[in-house]
Amino acid sequence: MSSVTLSSLRKGERGTVQAVRDDPQTLGDETRSTVSRRLLELGFIPGEALEVVAESWPGGDPMAVRLGNTLFALRRREAGSVLVSVEGR
Amino acid sequence: MPAALEPMRLALVGVPNCGKTALFNRLTGSRQKVANYAGVTVERKEGSFVGPSRGQRYRLLDLPGAYSLTPTTLDEAITRDCLLGRLAGEAPPERVVCVADATNLRLNLRLVLELRDLGTPLIVALNMSDLARDRGFQLDRGRLEQELGVPVVETVAIRDGGERELLEVLETLPRPPSRPAVEWADPTFEQIQQTQREVRRILSAAGYAEPARRRALRRMDAIVMHPVAGPAILAALLFFVFQAVFSWAAVPMSLVDSGITRLGVALHDALPPGALNSLLVDGVIAGAGSVLVFLPQIMILFFFILLLEDSGYLPRAAYLLDRMMGSVGLSGRAFIPLLSSFACAVPGIMATRTIPNVRDRLATIMIAPLMTCSARLPVYALIIAAFVPSQRVGAFNLQGLVLFALYAAGIVAAMLVAWGLKRTALRATYHPLLLELPEYKWPNMRNLLLGLWERLRIFLQRVGTIILALMIVLWFLSSYPAPPLGAEGPAIQHSFAGMIGRALEHVFAPIGFNWQISLALVPGLAAREVAVGALGTVYSLSSTGDDVAATLVPMIAKSWSLATALSLLAWYVFAPQCLSTLVVVKRETNSWRYPLIMAGYLFALAYLAAFVTFRVASALLA
Repeated sequence: MSSVTLSSLRKGERGTVQAVRDDPQTLGDETRSTVSRRLLELGFIPGEALEVVAESWPGGDPMAVRLGNTLFALRRREAGSVLVSVEGR
Repeated sequence: MPAALEPMRLALVGVPNCGKTALFNRLTGSRQKVANYAGVTVERKEGSFVGPSRGQRYRLLDLPGAYSLTPTTLDEAITRDCLLGRLAGEAPPERVVCVADATNLRLNLRLVLELRDLGTPLIVALNMSDLARDRGFQLDRGRLEQELGVPVVETVAIRDGGERELLEVLETLPRPPSRPAVEWADPTFEQIQQTQREVRRILSAAGYAEPARRRALRRMDAIVMHPVAGPAILAALLFFVFQAVFSWAAVPMSLVDSGITRLGVALHDALPPGALNSLLVDGVIAGAGSVLVFLPQIMILFFFILLLEDSGYLPRAAYLLDRMMGSVGLSGRAFIPLLSSFACAVPGIMATRTIPNVRDRLATIMIAPLMTCSARLPVYALIIAAFVPSQRVGAFNLQGLVLFALYAAGIVAAMLVAWGLKRTALRATYHPLLLELPEYKWPNMRNLLLGLWERLRIFLQRVGTIILALMIVLWFLSSYPAPPLGAEGPAIQHSFAGMIGRALEHVFAPIGFNWQISLALVPGLAAREVAVGALGTVYSLSSTGDDVAATLVPMIAKSWSLATALSLLAWYVFAPQCLSTLVVVKRETNSWRYPLIMAGYLFALAYLAAFVTFRVASALLA
């Protein structure tokens, strides 16, 4: 079992959140909240199970990720801030 | 006034998609006031209701949905500032009702804890608690209440009486004493994670258990978000919606139209002839009526938009379109405002408020008028009927194909403009996408109808104020000065509008417009479709509305060249002349800069497109 970024997961793969890396990218420019902050607020915290349920074509961007009971759409770039452990990798 | 009778200020808070607006509708019914917060364009919704037992009145403020008190959008900033009492002219609430989706507590409870820490007296409404039970969610409500230390009630916003428990608890609680201003600092990342751990501890203490997601719903997502099937379904859905907008609206539109015509005739006959008669009949009724005719189309389009929104599909459409929109520098979120713009750019531009990034938002506003709004249809219909033969091309009708091409031209132009804007004036750094895709659910009719009613009210207000005022001004310009005695030709030719038309002819001659067309463009400034009626007046026809189109067709077919007709079609793809749109852009951007840029670039594009079309068509057809 190893640690990879969520952005490297393909459709159908499951993992467990290990950490959210600091990503200073802001979400809207009227306010200063960052991607990492919002990811944590939405529940991307260590120990949570997630699954990639859909990816767009071509390029797999954006992707849809189920975290617990909630589905989120995000791009690979944002997903790059989430470190996950994947079984069988 | 005794303290108990003074209305108590309540605020309704919750994460997006928690059913907050449905609960607001349930509590306040149609006793709602919609306005804007001072200085910003965020919609402020307030309603009132009376408690069942003591006659206590409540004023309920429906704050914009927020995931957090650390905002990422203007909406979230307003919610935070209102709760903290930082909003000018807005007293902070005495009590907060936090709506939490009982089927998604993991996401909802963190906001509850943040609100609890603010110190404002709090009630938690576990919304959709019936759905949660049906789907097999387990929760000990009493234990949750104990753990949170604030009252927790169950609500079912979509059912009669689903708000009863909330009302009972509200009525038993004493009125909270007024408090000093609240201090608040954004939590650190470590504090957020701590809160999240606390959420999970509380949920497990309260025996919260989530069932596995239903297979049917999983399958549905597998199809709806499939990389190939998903976009195909979206395209089919949009096609169906447009089909419905045009075919279902035909009957109510002709009813509205004949009603207005009859009213005009009745008034014309009842009043003595003269200026007042003409002002009321030709100015007020004909003018406002020409816009009212589109009410059925706009209502049908909004019905579908609200239906798709309520069912949970729209965010998925935004997901599907993110890449395509991203290729021209827009966000997938721009899809909803642009879809609305096909009915009318005004509600479309108002819907851009949900786009978190200012530059994305501006770019979306700037291209919204390029989506072919329903006001352009009468113009298209007139010219196509006059110049395009109704013959079959393969499986399609040639007239239909031309209409489709005009719509497509608008979309392609919009994409090109967006691409250009995002590379120049609105150049922006990368903007992340982080969008919740809520669970599918059956749309609720009551909410749908209340939503439609709200749209209807906004539209009628607009017709009743700005459009009406413009129509009166244009009537004046077209009626004065009166023609000299013994003058020939239609009276409008001698009016201010006529003079303007003559002057404009110099500008428009290179793109093939005669003075009649140039003149019709002047009243068309108020609303594009008015150009049809104006052409009727110029060609001295006395009928109004649909009759004009019927008698105008042979008239213009005879007097215009095909090149002129095509040029006018090209002009109308861009058609900058819609004052209501420009006024709304001014209001939404709080400056005259953007409406002026918009009018300028649309005029330039329209002129260029018409010029090229006219020259090429003239050369080819000569």
